Amino acid sequence: MSESIFYFLQQVTNGLTIGSTYALIAIGYTMVYGIIGMINFAHGEVYMMGTYVAFIALAGLSMLGIDNPLLLIGLALMVSIMVASAYGFTIERVAYRPLRSSKRLIALISAIGMSIFLQNYIRLAQGSRDIAMPSLIQGGFLMGDPNGSHIMISYMQIIIMISTVICMVGLTLFITRSRMGRACRACSQDIGMTNLLGINSNNVIAVTFVIGAALAAVAGMLLGLYYGVVNPYIGFMAGLKAFTAAVLGGIGSIPGAMLGGLILGVTESLTAGYLTAEYKDVVAFSLLVLILLFMPSGILGKPEVEKI
Amino acid sequence: MQSRFTSALFAALLTLLLGSLLLGVTMVSEGIDLVLELSEPHKIYGLIIGAALVFIIQYFKQEVGAVTTRLRGDGSFEMPAFIRTPKQQRLWGFMAVGALLIFPFVSSRGAVDIATLTLIYVMLGLGLNIVVGLAGLLDLGYVGFYAVGAYSYALLNFYFGLSFWVALPIAGLLAALFGFILGFPVLRLRGDYLAIVTLGFGEIIRILLNNWTDLTGGPNGIARIPKPDLFGLEFNRRASEGGQTFHEFFGIPYSSEYKVIFLYLLAFALVLLTLYVINRLIRMPIGRAWEALREDEIACRALGLNPTVIKLTAFTIGASFAGFAGSFFAARQGFISPESFTFIESAIILAIVVLGGMGSQLGIILAAMAMTILPEMAREFDEYRMLLFGLMMVLMMIWRPQGLLPMKRPHLELKRD
Repeated sequence: MSESIFYFLQQVTNGLTIGSTYALIAIGYTMVYGIIGMINFAHGEVYMMGTYVAFIALAGLSMLGIDNPLLLIGLALMVSIMVASAYGFTIERVAYRPLRSSKRLIALISAIGMSIFLQNYIRLAQGSRDIAMPSLIQGGFLMGDPNGSHIMISYMQIIIMISTVICMVGLTLFITRSRMGRACRACSQDIGMTNLLGINSNNVIAVTFVIGAALAAVAGMLLGLYYGVVNPYIGFMAGLKAFTAAVLGGIGSIPGAMLGGLILGVTESLTAGYLTAEYKDVVAFSLLVLILLFMPSGILGKPEVEKI
Repeated sequence: MQSRFTSALFAALLTLLLGSLLLGVTMVSEGIDLVLELSEPHKIYGLIIGAALVFIIQYFKQEVGAVTTRLRGDGSFEMPAFIRTPKQQRLWGFMAVGALLIFPFVSSRGAVDIATLTLIYVMLGLGLNIVVGLAGLLDLGYVGFYAVGAYSYALLNFYFGLSFWVALPIAGLLAALFGFILGFPVLRLRGDYLAIVTLGFGEIIRILLNNWTDLTGGPNGIARIPKPDLFGLEFNRRASEGGQTFHEFFGIPYSSEYKVIFLYLLAFALVLLTLYVINRLIRMPIGRAWEALREDEIACRALGLNPTVIKLTAFTIGASFAGFAGSFFAARQGFISPESFTFIESAIILAIVVLGGMGSQLGIILAAMAMTILPEMAREFDEYRMLLFGLMMVLMMIWRPQGLLPMKRPHLELKRD
């Protein structure tokens, strides 16, 4: 009896770990969607590049002789956030801003093109094979009987959850308290009116992309360290999962994205633990389809009214 | 002048920042450690040249803008004078068909092979064009129906021994059925949600094919799928049991080229059939309803059209063409595996439709030719193919969202001035 409970708790812990990274990526989708109403299809690739930059920074810094793991992670995180934000900014500037006034499908096709371009750019620049990173932080807490039933929470999992909480709190403070955050909320309500009130919505949109990319870089770095490998193709699946999380929580809603990410992560982990590991991606997609059909505004989203 | 220079400098520095880590250094595993190495010189030169180009383009932004505005045009496209009237167009059409019929007999085997592949993509492009170009529904899982068609023929043949000719219509019907079943729930969704959900469906089909090893052979795929026959005449060197071969029947020596030519002609016939059917469809009320729906869904509803039914027909008919193309693909390759049906394949077909001009059939045929023949001609750039695909999709959307050869309908317009 107790063994099955421990197994369940272990799956939930693993699910929350993965889920919190989904939540970080999902925020990028949900913020962009909330403001300009487009699906930033290339967001998954930003996450992938964040992982690459983090790995490069880690390798470079350890070559310079820094060997304190926490310092290494902190510095690499800063580099990764900086480069990924620059990518987020550039993607918006190059591929989306010229299409701001076009139909949604046009912008979506451009985003798909951008995603293919970035994926292949990394493939050509860094090779298509898996790159493995030796784990920096080992060990963890053991709860229960070490020889019998127990659950294991690794230090890495704890770091992931704490970092996610820090990011979420920071983002919430930014959105609710700061001037720019208020401008973001105003833009998501009515972009035309915001412009009339003297706020440069182009800057707000750029900031949204930068924040989304920075959070994706955090997720990329953490998940990269957790799994220990990266290849140019991870962005596609991660992006789709995070989009599912955003839709599940209610696209456009930031707390929704957090909640959706956690729910998706736990669902996936439980599926893999109890049913079948091969079909866990199918579960994620089926979840997406079911939500869109029966609850298109998600858990915390507002129903969309079509105006003529 | 000052701001022009600073903005150009900013853009160039940004390019350097973007490229310096990802392009400038490469990760190499040494034992269990990961170390950095300076990249090959061509990547570094590429980065520097790229930054310089960005600087120049940003600096001369207005001049560049003038050129791209001209490139964009006003969206209209005039056929050259000698193919303007319908009569001339028909004549040219017949001449093109004649030339393509003679083509396999006068060219090399390799060329015929590539031409067959091109024809498959033409068929896929035309099919997807119904969904994306005419009905305006972005379907990112089109390759799923292609997979259904291919696996239908392969499995029907493997388990029940059905021949290509029996399996072809079944494959089309099955793909259409899948389109119907998948389309039914999702077509209520708005444009971009629909795109993501269809993408999800395409992936689900691929994952199922990959994991359902008992039925589909999993990642190993299905091999030894027989080639189509001509009224019972096979194109092998030796006839199978109770069969007869083509060269024995006509008393000519065996040559493997007959098979290649036959496959080409078969693909050509399928493309002609597709073109014929689609051309009839777009002149029917349903075809006009597709386009009306693309232009304005709310107006359509106000006029009493049922958007769900119309979308569903577009989805189903589009899927059935993918099914035909899929079963032909399986017959031509002789081997299929889930590898051939990834999202990238959907993106390539979408790129063909986008490049050709959504809705324009001639444009799509030309785009399919460009997409398959150019990579064959420039084999040494094969690595960069997908990179350029992605770049092209972005640039096309920015500069010419209507495609290279936009669709044209005869229409009258009030001159406003």
